[in-house]
Amino acid sequence: MSDIAIRVRQNFAFLTAVALFFVVYLLYQLVHPKGFSSAVLVQNSDEVFTLALVAMAQTVPVLAAGLDLSVGALMTMVGCFASYLLTGAPEGTPLALDLAGFRIGLGTLPGGGTGILFGALICLAIGAGCGLLNGAIVVYGRIQPIIATLATGAIFIGVALFLRPQPGGKINEDLNWALTNSLGDFASTVHIFNDGAAPWFAPFAGIPTSFVILVLILLLVWLPFSRTVTGRTIYAIGSAEGAAYMSGLDVKRARVAAFALGGFFAACGGLFLAIQTSSGNADIPQAGAYTLNSIAAVVIGGTSLLGGSGGVLGSVFGAMILRVISFFFRVFDIAPLLQPLFEGVILLAAVSIGAARVLRVKNTLELFR
Amino acid sequence: MTAIAAILKPSRDDRPILIAALFIVAILVAGTVYTWHRFGSAPLLSPNYLLQQLQIGAFLGIVAAGTMLVILISQIDLSIPWTLTAAAMMATSVGGPWAIPVGLLIGLIVGVLNGLGVAYLRVPSMIFTLGVNAVMRGLMVAHTGGFAPQTGATEFMRTIAAGRILGIPNALFVWIAVSLAVAVMLQRTVLGRAIYAIGNKEAAAYLAGVNTKGVTVICFALCGLTAGLAGVLLAGYSQKAYQGMGDAYLLPAIAAVVIGGTNILGGRGRYLGTLVGVILIVLLNSVLSIMEMPEAGRQVIYGAVIILMLLVYGRGERVTS
Amino acid sequence: MADAPQGDFLVLSQISKRYGGVRALENVDFSCDRGKIHAVLGENGAGKSTLIKIIAGVVGPDSGAIVLEGRQRHFANPAAATTAGVVCIFQELSLMPDLSVADNISIASPPRRFGFIDARAQRRRAEELLAEAGCEDVNPLLRIRDLPLSRRQMVEIAKALGQKPKLLILDEATSALTSADVEKVYGLLARLKARGVAILYISHRMHEVDALADRASVFRNGRHIETFDKGARSTAEIVQLMIGRDIATQYPPKPKRPRPQPALKMLNLGWDNHLSGISLEIGAGEIVGLGGLDGQGQKTLLLALFGVLRGVTGSITIDGRNTRPGSPGRAKSHDIGIALVPEDRKTEGLMLPMSVADNLTIACLDALTVGPFIDARKEAKAIDEGVGRLQIKVGSTDDPVSTLSGGNQQKVVIAKWLMTHPRIILLNDPTRGIDVGTKQEMYRLMRELADQGAAILFYSTDYDELIGCCDRVAVMYDGRIVRELAGDDLNETNIVASSLNIVEPQAAGGGHPGREKANV
Repeated sequence: MSDIAIRVRQNFAFLTAVALFFVVYLLYQLVHPKGFSSAVLVQNSDEVFTLALVAMAQTVPVLAAGLDLSVGALMTMVGCFASYLLTGAPEGTPLALDLAGFRIGLGTLPGGGTGILFGALICLAIGAGCGLLNGAIVVYGRIQPIIATLATGAIFIGVALFLRPQPGGKINEDLNWALTNSLGDFASTVHIFNDGAAPWFAPFAGIPTSFVILVLILLLVWLPFSRTVTGRTIYAIGSAEGAAYMSGLDVKRARVAAFALGGFFAACGGLFLAIQTSSGNADIPQAGAYTLNSIAAVVIGGTSLLGGSGGVLGSVFGAMILRVISFFFRVFDIAPLLQPLFEGVILLAAVSIGAARVLRVKNTLELFR
Repeated sequence: MTAIAAILKPSRDDRPILIAALFIVAILVAGTVYTWHRFGSAPLLSPNYLLQQLQIGAFLGIVAAGTMLVILISQIDLSIPWTLTAAAMMATSVGGPWAIPVGLLIGLIVGVLNGLGVAYLRVPSMIFTLGVNAVMRGLMVAHTGGFAPQTGATEFMRTIAAGRILGIPNALFVWIAVSLAVAVMLQRTVLGRAIYAIGNKEAAAYLAGVNTKGVTVICFALCGLTAGLAGVLLAGYSQKAYQGMGDAYLLPAIAAVVIGGTNILGGRGRYLGTLVGVILIVLLNSVLSIMEMPEAGRQVIYGAVIILMLLVYGRGERVTS
Repeated sequence: MADAPQGDFLVLSQISKRYGGVRALENVDFSCDRGKIHAVLGENGAGKSTLIKIIAGVVGPDSGAIVLEGRQRHFANPAAATTAGVVCIFQELSLMPDLSVADNISIASPPRRFGFIDARAQRRRAEELLAEAGCEDVNPLLRIRDLPLSRRQMVEIAKALGQKPKLLILDEATSALTSADVEKVYGLLARLKARGVAILYISHRMHEVDALADRASVFRNGRHIETFDKGARSTAEIVQLMIGRDIATQYPPKPKRPRPQPALKMLNLGWDNHLSGISLEIGAGEIVGLGGLDGQGQKTLLLALFGVLRGVTGSITIDGRNTRPGSPGRAKSHDIGIALVPEDRKTEGLMLPMSVADNLTIACLDALTVGPFIDARKEAKAIDEGVGRLQIKVGSTDDPVSTLSGGNQQKVVIAKWLMTHPRIILLNDPTRGIDVGTKQEMYRLMRELADQGAAILFYSTDYDELIGCCDRVAVMYDGRIVRELAGDDLNETNIVASSLNIVEPQAAGGGHPGREKANV
């Protein structure tokens, strides 16, 4: 069998998800009155981003045969932190938490752009740190991931509620504008490429900024990580943990790293959501919905819940498929009361498609892994 | 094993139950100290208060009983929230003498559907029940137009859920009945043995001739049934059904089962543990409420308690060769 | 006990290891040298596995010293041992099924570029090592999951070679190999020996040990009994050292009976492309063997009879009635009465975390009930009978079955099935990895069951066993039965010849045609 044939066969589930997405999205653009325009692309990309990142966050622990039920809560918590840190207020403005009527002063942030950058880095660090906490509890506390992350999810949501008992806060308007529109707007806000008017830049100007950020995160964070020994160990653990240990791999470190990276991705999602909505909102049902949808995205994208096979890119496509389905409702003007029903049925059908393969299995023993 | 032997030298399955019981005592003590300090009284220790807590706990307890069965066979049921809500809504919609049977039937049907999807289509239970949950939500939103149903609970529903016989809440009797049924089934019947076998090693159970598919369907059916029963009771207690009434029951039910010593991966756990786990969670909630702890603090304490207890239980096996 | 001569590559002094109350190793002195293949022999529970695990760094000794190349060592984990040059190929493979062959071979320290794994260099390395191990036909891109078991074991060997072993340990490493691959491994070991690698070899297959080992050490009950050079001891003496008691005959006598009525009759059985045209009859009181090379459909046939496979064609007749069990639950039912002792006792035969008692009764619970409930007294009685009949060595039947030794675990599996009073017993390589003493008990038990009227179909990878135990042997090749051997025709030459699908049977005593390289 040729090399290409082998690769195709191994990635079959992922390729199916990609194909499915393109078919569905093409259909959507064709039906949309303003299809294939930059405005629609930007809107779609913005709506996909957070779910894509939360799905990426879910994928990494799943690859290591685990699960992270705290991704939605972590994302929400970081978003609430962001609503304090990314205000872009001038130098010297005091940073304070409003807690049950008390004001807790936290010092001051550097002003303007530096302050925003600093704030963003802190948010990402918080995400990675909380992911690390998840990993430590699972690895050193030796508690099963499902229940450990269930508990930490409650803790994260609690912290989010401490930060923002009511939705509030503020995000710097320029930041909001730059990141939620197309590259041209980004360039003009940040004053690069001749404020976006440079002639060589023209074909790129319509690309949604959020899409570019997503691609950058994939290329600069996930791709290199998956090529490291630790990254590969994550797959090894999901495939056969005992064998991985016997082969001399550092199983503990890899598992902790998996959760930490997941936390980092969730933080990216939370940051963007806060920037997009220009506020911090400790919305518990929304956090739960993101967590559950991330699991659906992971499965639709071809990653096995048992670990060892699949990848983050597949989950991104899974998230995109999920979102595009809801876009369809808008376009076809489906009665809002029927939307949840359609969503549910489609989700059920999507995950049951894999079952068709199972029905063809002739040796029942193979069904029990 | 006699009770004294069980306390002095607990087996691996008994240890979590003892620790959870100790935690319950600790919570009661801490709460009483607080109320004594703050209000000069000890409401936590009054029998009326405890009975009322048990009555509220009955709803969670019934859901947890079904959840435990599914967890024992290494599966999970994420469709409980909207199965519960759907049963409640349909029971109140239908009204009359058919209210309760309809609610239970809905739970049963959803459970069987879950079981078929997991056992025959081999879709991972986490994702299949997730989908079913979404479908149930969709159906209810479409049916009720997004609002709470106008019709209320029937008289009978209210009596069962909120009424008392000889001063003891009826809901408690229902919970006790469910508990006895589940405990006896797990310990003393072939079905119970089959459940533990499947949870330990489904392949070996299958090759030993156990009807693994049938047992899986039964466990999910029972879980759906308990969710339906809890929905009907809850509707009776609140006198109506409302959107999202089931959402607050899923995670606490799972937590109660795990705190009670059942292994989340299946195959191990005693029903007594689940019972103790439910009581612990309900008490914790109510003590926090007396302390007027804001939701933020409750969530953090809830999560921290679960982790703390699991750390104390003694952890999972280290992976070596 | 031989004194460890100076300059030996590996010297263990006074190594002891306890697991709870069990003494796995006691004051063991052991040494092995470069350029020699050193066999380690002993029953299950003799301490071989523990010895190997200590040398390979998987567990640490309670006391005693490990001296490697003149320096005392302390291995904290397998990686440390590998760095020191000790590479071990375990019985349970150390491969990750979802990763590629190339990834697996270089799993722990892959070639790197700027800190990232260099996929191309890794692939080249895999190709070189696969060639050296003799399986260059394996594409390094393939996932382990997509390879048959014998190829996986070869990949495992290639991986071990890549770790540049100074001491190579093989723990039953050839158990799943085809005979062609086994020859390649013999050649590889000879080359390694010539290069000065020390080789430790655990195997239960006496003919392999005879063929390969320069020296052999026998262990019994955690103690090192004796080390001797090749040829110094006869097979009978070795077995006696291993079990410590005299064994008169190896196999129970076969009764001379006329061919009985068939209890189980297969006509033209087929499945997928793994089985075709299987026609075989087994009578009550007969032990019929399934022979042939590994992977020719023997295990598949047993699964097909037991109702595990869907889409089986052909007919199965039991006691004159046409039946087709659709599941193990149906197969074990009273009117059909089939039992299957499966291939892998740890994942298919037993629920390891559950108690011995629960494992024993799981197949026959329906017979132990009173109404809807399990009758505790009936259950206790059945458990006692099961333990007694097979002489299962167990502390308390409430202990998890994982605490039992391999041989006793297999006894639990068999006892479990005997409780269903089967009339047809299918055995899937039941003596693999079992010590000599327990094997003998099993042979006696099989003959006893046959004498009581059961029809037994027995698959084994050991020709001696097939010849010794079975009344008839059906040799399979490529999913078909190519030859049925009985009486005087039942000898090693014929079995081997049919296994390789050589049409004309060679005369007995004309050498070992199976050992010639035939392309399988």
